[in-house]
Amino acid sequence: MHEEKLKRLWDMAPMFVEGTPHAKFLGIKFVAVDIARATLSLPYDKKLIGNAETKVLHGGVLTALLDQASGLAAVSSFDEMLPVATLDLRIDYMRAATPGKTIIAEAHAYKSTRHIAFVRAVAHEGDADDPVATSQASFMTTASGKKMSFNPLERTKAVQDLPAARKSGDAK
Amino acid sequence: MSDQINTKDHIMAALARLPYAEELGIYPLVMGDELTLVLPYAPHIIGNPMLKALHGGAVGAFLETTAIIQLGLNGGTLPKPIGINIDYLRRGKPQDTYARAIVARQGSRVANVRVKAWQDSVTSPITILHGNFLTAHAAKEDVSKEEPVKTKAGK
Repeated sequence: MHEEKLKRLWDMAPMFVEGTPHAKFLGIKFVAVDIARATLSLPYDKKLIGNAETKVLHGGVLTALLDQASGLAAVSSFDEMLPVATLDLRIDYMRAATPGKTIIAEAHAYKSTRHIAFVRAVAHEGDADDPVATSQASFMTTASGKKMSFNPLERTKAVQDLPAARKSGDAK
Repeated sequence: MSDQINTKDHIMAALARLPYAEELGIYPLVMGDELTLVLPYAPHIIGNPMLKALHGGAVGAFLETTAIIQLGLNGGTLPKPIGINIDYLRRGKPQDTYARAIVARQGSRVANVRVKAWQDSVTSPITILHGNFLTAHAAKEDVSKEEPVKTKAGK
């Protein structure tokens, strides 16, 4: 049972990141998954800078990374694999991320009820004792959640079917 | 009128210093001294393609940008986030999102900011952020102190 669940998690997890358009856009990489735990990484990229002078990553990039890692930990914490939505997310920024360094996010869903998961996460550059940011979040399984959401083919098709961006210049 | 144009130029210049905000396509709407930022819908800000829901991280980054730009209107160094809280109230639909920030308190070093994001109606926000930011003057001091120190040992 335990092994079977782990196998399902490892089958699903890379797609959870790859099949999330914004995670893909940021360049978030899947690293590892376990029951109620997830690790993702984000290589440094100039387009993600939040301060042109210091070249430090935008705080929002860490928000997205911690949200994604925490979401995967939440999904992995429930008996059934269901998609989740973030209810709230608190982030503490300990220090500026070092320009050029890859960020690693480790998340742990330390408690989950039937539909709610409570998740703590830390973002660091290799040493978890020297965090860039930490977060605390809660997630709920989505009401319209269908197990099929984790089917890679369906997800790929859903990505293709997304409405296109408004042409730039329109109504600006 | 010229004041308004200057404000808009000023905001565009501030946004240009945030490459990630530019990547997201964030742009301002200025009415008098009231600033609204727009996060235009694009497929790459989707979090759940099955539900066509915007990514919580992208919306969070947008709210944080709104807080930073609002605080940065006074010029100087860009403020740095210390701690933020985000409440996700409604699913972000695949359409444009708007955000406005209120500075609840501007202290000498720290500012407390509240930001609201909405889509169809300003009375039905999709996401709310509140947080503390290290503001221009203090942030500048901090950077000048931090920059020469490259290693932990050098502290």
